[in-house]
Amino acid sequence: MSGVVRRVGLSLLGPVLAVLVALVISALVIALIGQDPLEAFRVMTDLGQSPSQQVQSIVVILNRAVPLFLAGLAVAVAFRMGLFNIGVEGQYRLATVLAAAAGAAVALPGPLHVLLIVVVAMAVGALWAGIVGVLKVTRGVSEVISSIMLNFIALGLASFLLTGPLRGSPPGASIITTAEIPESGRVPSLNGLLTALGLAEPRSGLYGFLLVAVVVGVVVAVLLTRTRFGFDLRATGLSPSAATASGVDARGMVVKTMLISGAIAGLVGLPDLLGSQYDYGTEFTAGLGFLGIAVALLGRSAPVGIALAALLFAFLDRAALPLQFADIPSSVVTIIQGTIVLAVVVANEIARRLALRSAERAGASAGPSPQTGGDDGAPPPTAPDGGQRVHTGVPGDQQGAQA
Amino acid sequence: MKAAALLLAGSMALAACASDEPTGSSGGGEGGGGSATEELRVGLAYDTGGRGDRSFNDSAYTGAAAAVDALGGELQELSPNDDASNRADLLVQLAEQGFDPVIAVGFNYDDVIAEVAPQFPETTFAQVDGSNADGAKGDNVTGLIFAEEEGSFLAGVAAALKSESGHIGFVGGVQSPLIEKFEAGYVAGAQTVNPQITIDRQYISPAGDFSGFNDPARGQIVAQGMYDAGADIVYHAAGGSGIGVFQAAAGSGNRAIGVDSDQYLTVSDPALQAVIMTSMLKRVDNAVEQFINDYAEGNVQGATDVLNDLSTEGIGLATSGGFIDDIQDDIEQYSQQIIDGTITVPTTVE
Repeated sequence: MSGVVRRVGLSLLGPVLAVLVALVISALVIALIGQDPLEAFRVMTDLGQSPSQQVQSIVVILNRAVPLFLAGLAVAVAFRMGLFNIGVEGQYRLATVLAAAAGAAVALPGPLHVLLIVVVAMAVGALWAGIVGVLKVTRGVSEVISSIMLNFIALGLASFLLTGPLRGSPPGASIITTAEIPESGRVPSLNGLLTALGLAEPRSGLYGFLLVAVVVGVVVAVLLTRTRFGFDLRATGLSPSAATASGVDARGMVVKTMLISGAIAGLVGLPDLLGSQYDYGTEFTAGLGFLGIAVALLGRSAPVGIALAALLFAFLDRAALPLQFADIPSSVVTIIQGTIVLAVVVANEIARRLALRSAERAGASAGPSPQTGGDDGAPPPTAPDGGQRVHTGVPGDQQGAQA
Repeated sequence: MKAAALLLAGSMALAACASDEPTGSSGGGEGGGGSATEELRVGLAYDTGGRGDRSFNDSAYTGAAAAVDALGGELQELSPNDDASNRADLLVQLAEQGFDPVIAVGFNYDDVIAEVAPQFPETTFAQVDGSNADGAKGDNVTGLIFAEEEGSFLAGVAAALKSESGHIGFVGGVQSPLIEKFEAGYVAGAQTVNPQITIDRQYISPAGDFSGFNDPARGQIVAQGMYDAGADIVYHAAGGSGIGVFQAAAGSGNRAIGVDSDQYLTVSDPALQAVIMTSMLKRVDNAVEQFINDYAEGNVQGATDVLNDLSTEGIGLATSGGFIDDIQDDIEQYSQQIIDGTITVPTTVE
């Protein structure tokens, strides 16, 4: 029980520390430009005066968080396997333009129509990411290089498709879009749910895709922690050689993981597409794939963490507006987001080492006595050496964990 | 502690809303719009890049600030987030807080303004670079549009007259209908002077990828390729990437044509200044200032376009530096022919 508390505490330590450090640095910067940091933070957390404004602010935050969450999840699945999928950007852009075109081209009854769009998006994302996996296992191409390169190809291809064969907007229009998805292919908003809960009616609709994102999050969490596949995936991520030694097909895992990561990446554009835009155009939100990397880092690649990270980023994003009304430069938000990502990398590393050390201590002392689960965060300093020796018996483990 | 507060802010506020519900705070009264406001409160919503882009957005600010300075009142500017996914939110916030008129900068607001404006029938909206001649965006939206092709035509004339190699270039920022207007005018102008002229045309980024407006390094590479191929004058319609075009020109001893503002005056480096033969002026500042003045005088009807072209001097060709003084007569002539309608400048590339 207390072991669980400590594990959770340790896993929270990194991100919380990072956010704290980022806030301190941001406060310093705000003070340096001659503004009051406390006032700035107060403005950022001010959601509006009237109930409908407050609900609207929350809807804006949630609507922004949904795509960020999915992007973070797509990156995280690959992360857990030790793969760096930088290609989420290209995967979701290509998936969205094709899904938008497919959705506009057919007429099906409601749920089926949405399902078709979702399946097309996931399939395109998976295939595009699958190229990265296949290249890695057959030719040994680093997934970092190939996924970056495929981003350029995907963006160019998406642009070609949009301006060429899939163009649905009239010739003179400034914004080039695909044809609009008919009513049956759209995901209804959850505003009915909000008003049913006794909240004021917001100005814009809460994305119904929020529910899909939650389901995807739960599925990924279960897949990662409760299935054989998830175990293999995490084991391969921690130590490829150890996993191979215990019978995991590492090559197959690379391809499968990239397919899953890409399939989730394919969903990233859909909340906007099916919830408010109804077509893919030149002004469609870009860059979510890259933000997803930051979100996955901040969330330590765990679905719950990613959800919190996505909410935090979405919250900060919205805060840029009230800051501008208060005549405080909205770059404050960019500074906070940037320092969080920077700090989280450092803090994660520190937290990981602490966790490793405490695990070693636990391992070393588990034999002699069962009273290991002390709430004390600082056990006697004699343990590390013992822990080290215990672990040298497992080939590959030490190396994998360090890498 | 603060971190926790931040993380929990959403859920806490949600709870707060639920409990606030019956009180119905008085703040909502402001949302109705700025009818009968004695003071002018102008809202300005920028596009990608926001304030400080030394281009389009800044030009809109200059105009709005000039108008507000002269008339008195308040100017509230809002920049979107990095990926500009919150454009709708910017307009809603400004309108909700009672700013009137609300001016959206950039054609990317096309869909968004059509969605938001009808929700605030009491507020007057304007969109720079977005047409609302048919009133499809709402009766309260005025389009501030520009005949970029006319100025680009003159830029093409100047380039063709000044080119010694009979080979010129065009660098577009992002392949889009708007920038293609620049290209179409430029090509038409150059070919009118010299039907045999070779024109290299290239865009920095494809449609949908707006990095091409803010990527000097790629601007330089693209322009360098044209100079290497024999072009001696390159016209850019690439926003912030234009600096790269000037650098390529300076590096290869050739010349370039700037865009939007008089770039001879706005670049800080004298080495780059020397290569800027002229600039195609798109006076977003004048258009915005004029619109605010019209609004203050009650002359804005909505559901119309204000066209800024050569005849209104909303479009023109800069003469700073004196590089095109010798061909000024020709340019005047062509300019007059366009105003008279003797020359019709195409807006799309065939």
